[in-house]
Amino acid sequence: MAIRSLLVANRGEIAVRIIRAARELGVRSVQAYSEADANSLAVRLADDSVLIGKPPAAKSYLNIDSIVSAGMKAGVQAIHPGYGFLAENGEFADAVEDAGMIFIGPEGSTIRSLGDKVTARILARDAGLPTIPGSSGRLDDLAAAEPILAAIGFPVLIKAAAGGGGRGIRTAANREEFERLAPQAIMEAEAAFGDGGIYVESYIRNARHVEVQILGDGEDAIHCYDRECSLQRRRQKILEEAPALVVPSDVREELCNAAASFARSVGYKGAGTLEFLYDQATGGYYFLEMNTRIQVEHPVTEMVTGIDLVRESIRIASGERLRIRQEEIQLRGHAIECRINAEDPSNGFMPNPGNVESVAIPGGHGVRFDSMLYSNCDVPPFYDSLLGKLAVWDENRPAALSRMRSALGELEISGIKTTTPLHQALLADKCVLEGKVHTGFLDEWLAETAARLK
Amino acid sequence: MSNQQIRSPLPGTFYRRPAPDKPPFKEEGDDVAVGDTVGLIEVMKTFHEVKSDCAGSVSKFLVGNEDAVMAGQPLAEIA
Repeated sequence: MAIRSLLVANRGEIAVRIIRAARELGVRSVQAYSEADANSLAVRLADDSVLIGKPPAAKSYLNIDSIVSAGMKAGVQAIHPGYGFLAENGEFADAVEDAGMIFIGPEGSTIRSLGDKVTARILARDAGLPTIPGSSGRLDDLAAAEPILAAIGFPVLIKAAAGGGGRGIRTAANREEFERLAPQAIMEAEAAFGDGGIYVESYIRNARHVEVQILGDGEDAIHCYDRECSLQRRRQKILEEAPALVVPSDVREELCNAAASFARSVGYKGAGTLEFLYDQATGGYYFLEMNTRIQVEHPVTEMVTGIDLVRESIRIASGERLRIRQEEIQLRGHAIECRINAEDPSNGFMPNPGNVESVAIPGGHGVRFDSMLYSNCDVPPFYDSLLGKLAVWDENRPAALSRMRSALGELEISGIKTTTPLHQALLADKCVLEGKVHTGFLDEWLAETAARLK
Repeated sequence: MSNQQIRSPLPGTFYRRPAPDKPPFKEEGDDVAVGDTVGLIEVMKTFHEVKSDCAGSVSKFLVGNEDAVMAGQPLAEIA
């Protein structure tokens, strides 16, 4: 069924992104909004809007009943979940479909099986993707870990089977640490997710985060090449690039093709991302998890491939087959994205909601700013701190770095503190410029530098 | 002694419990000392403790669990 109207069940910059893609396809957009977002850019830009509840997310953007009935009331044919909130909630996907609407994304059952890290790891291994040496399934007690520890040695990572967002992850350098930390991980997993299952895997030092963008139509799947997101603060991505600097081109083709095969093997429908750890020392790559939604950093992929991922996923949800063949996708140039958050980098990244008095948005060739901002808008305290994403494209990485420095210089957001000074400092750092980073780099760098980020 | 108020230091969502399955930090009628935690404020997905700057007992909570609050808004009355 061709989608003629959709409800945007999200907010902020991604809601704006979805509204624009819908409009270009001639699809009517209806923005679901909480009381705190009544004057948001998304509400202003959408063709229509519908109130779904009070400001706290649990009462609005996480309220399945409220969103589904808003969709019914608005008479839309589809619901786009964006990222975060209910985007990876299989019950939400089912509820949307049960109400006779289309969920723009994979089926609920796919979300559930790939959302469980242990199931996803088993599926990936069965499809031939390398996984980090470790437990093949969940461990419910410490005795079960013994043979695995004997096989893989230390250091190890202890993770919650049901976890996400870096929660419940611990590193054990030796057996004593493991015996002390594993029971904590089980208790924390039980408290946070209601599931005390853990798994254990080798800890790869100085690993880099490389991920592959996928588009699937339920039968066939293609990849749109890779991104690198090694610059993370407390496991939250800060700056992303495409393609990954560290991956040689022959490994890139192998890695990306393997990711596409995996998506085909699970009959994946929509936009998704397979995350990998890349071992700089050996050139090996290991499947981490799959995110069954559009990602924050999708613009860098759009810039180096020319593919509009959000528009394609709406087309796929309408029942269209993939319009792009793998061999038509060419990597061109280099793209970088800086996440601009309402946080004060000079004060421990303290959240800084409030009134944005004025905004000056950078422009020019190869510069894109996806944001929720306009002059005199309010940034509510109830949601994620992401204000917008400044992304640039240029012919190669040095040129893209230079263009990003120039664009950051034009960006002015007055009234609240943002992470702009962090990005300016990162783009002056020798290691960042040379690409000599790993997933632990930024936390170490901040320990020395944060106080100077005024 | 006249009633005092504990105010929210930040805008966000107010929680009376450390976790959904845990008992509240303070019930109405409980004693409160200076520095006691009376709730959490969630601002942009980070959690900050609200500590009492006065001593006495909680006569009344002025906002409910998971309610939206403004910076400076009174959260509880201390008698």
